[in-house]
Amino acid sequence: MTTVETATGPAKTMVLNMGPQHPSTHGVLRVALELDGETVVKADPDLGYLHTGIEKSCEHKTYSQAITLTDRMDYLNPLGNNLVYCLAVEKLLGLEVPKRAQYIRVMMVELQRISSHLVWLGTHAIDMGAMSVFLYCFREREEILKIFERFAGQRMMTSYIRIGGVALEPPAGWREMIGKFLKMMPSRVDEYEALLTENRIWQGRLQGVGKISLEQAIAYSMSGPTLRAAGLAHDNRKVFPYSSYEEFKFDVPTRTDSDCYGRYLLRVAEIRESLKIVKQAMDKITDSGPIRTEAPGIVPPPREKMKVEMEALIYHFKIFTEGFSPPPGDAYVAIESPRGELGCYIASDGSPKPLRCHFRSPSYVNLQALPLLIQGQLIADVIACIGTIDIVLGDVDR
Amino acid sequence: MSESGEQNATSVIVEKLRGWNAKAVSEVIEFHGETTVVVPRELLRATAEYCRAELEFNFLSDATSLDRFPVEPRFEVSYHLVSIPKKLKIRLRTKLSGADPTVDSVVPVWPGAGWLEREIFDLMGIRFNGHPDLRRILLPSDWEGHPLRRDYPTEGFRDVPSTYLPAFKKQ
Repeated sequence: MTTVETATGPAKTMVLNMGPQHPSTHGVLRVALELDGETVVKADPDLGYLHTGIEKSCEHKTYSQAITLTDRMDYLNPLGNNLVYCLAVEKLLGLEVPKRAQYIRVMMVELQRISSHLVWLGTHAIDMGAMSVFLYCFREREEILKIFERFAGQRMMTSYIRIGGVALEPPAGWREMIGKFLKMMPSRVDEYEALLTENRIWQGRLQGVGKISLEQAIAYSMSGPTLRAAGLAHDNRKVFPYSSYEEFKFDVPTRTDSDCYGRYLLRVAEIRESLKIVKQAMDKITDSGPIRTEAPGIVPPPREKMKVEMEALIYHFKIFTEGFSPPPGDAYVAIESPRGELGCYIASDGSPKPLRCHFRSPSYVNLQALPLLIQGQLIADVIACIGTIDIVLGDVDR
Repeated sequence: MSESGEQNATSVIVEKLRGWNAKAVSEVIEFHGETTVVVPRELLRATAEYCRAELEFNFLSDATSLDRFPVEPRFEVSYHLVSIPKKLKIRLRTKLSGADPTVDSVVPVWPGAGWLEREIFDLMGIRFNGHPDLRRILLPSDWEGHPLRRDYPTEGFRDVPSTYLPAFKKQ
């Protein structure tokens, strides 16, 4: 017990330990809350329970081996992690990716964004006491995971995006599969909105909770839906386009209320925008064409070529035994992940392994502002705030 | 904005920095369309403040560090700045020696640097003067050493041999 000075005179506060084994902390986040009654006086997040040293491990793997590690950081956005890592390595190498592969990448990353927002919506609803939304969201997410399984052979740890392109040709019947999903999804989003948007309990729990001003959000380097809900249309897909995003037509939804309810409405709007992008990407992807750039010694040659050309076989062997060496230098690439700005900084010293590989994870930086959001709020609001920042602890701790 | 247009815009920024204080720009590196301004460590915070206040770099996107062991000066600390109004990116970098890896914190300039600098302190062992809360963040508070340094082993735990080594497996 410590004594603090409050508006009504000296008062006793107590420290409550929330987490790390707490279902609403979305993993293993521990927050030490200093409470005055039920009001939060001070909060100190404690991280690192899921720290796996991925950045250190990357330094001891070749450039192509490290892709599998990136899947495991933000486990709700493995394709986005693959993409940012590959874009950074491609920048170091000065590698151009064929348009067809770029569109496939965009389509997959946008499907991933929908699936990540669905998990967010479902788990956040369950935190707030709405059980059925969780089941509905996971039902639709399952459809997306089935699409990933068909494309990559994996539901979650896809490693589908590779240096120079993507791993595999889209599977037979992919257009029908995604077309069916796009047809079904808008009415399902309406269904979630019918359950939540006008729901009085939902509004009561979220409206006016966890407010942050735009100035503070920028000063604390917040990005993604949390920043856009504060009123700034800053989206890396529009401002610093990558992977041909400049060719796609979509809006960047913004709101000005900057509370938990605004962040909810913003993410729902983003699901609808992502559906538009997936539709456009589907139309842009031609039925045939290269999925990987031709770069001997860097990008593995197609399997058919290896069977008839000796050089292709030698390059294949060399890529998987010793790897390739980008020129010395460094590159930083930032993309818009479902949670905000996901960055990758790679420095090369001219050897086949990165000198340094750093990931700027949006969850980590956004979580920094949690004490600001919850100061003076009730314990129940802490859960709403942690939920709407949308953290993934694998991404925070890396 | 096109690649060349962006290049012109960043070279204007570099010229403005030079005009403000010629000593603040000790080197400019251009690599794959990214501009890095190397700043002497005494001037880092002042340069950062100038970038935020006068050049509209209001968003600190990332802060990270690099260890070039055994080359001296072995450490590099990089700040990736974004100007939201101007849609520009620039990187500020300072080099630190292994004997004295300390630099002024930029938390007074961008509060968002708080955790990013704590992470660098925790994993790379670089100290930030004037940081309000410089504690370990990802590792336990009683951890010894800084794992992202190049002389820290990837496998094994300090002087204990790795379980992957054949000698260890036999026992």
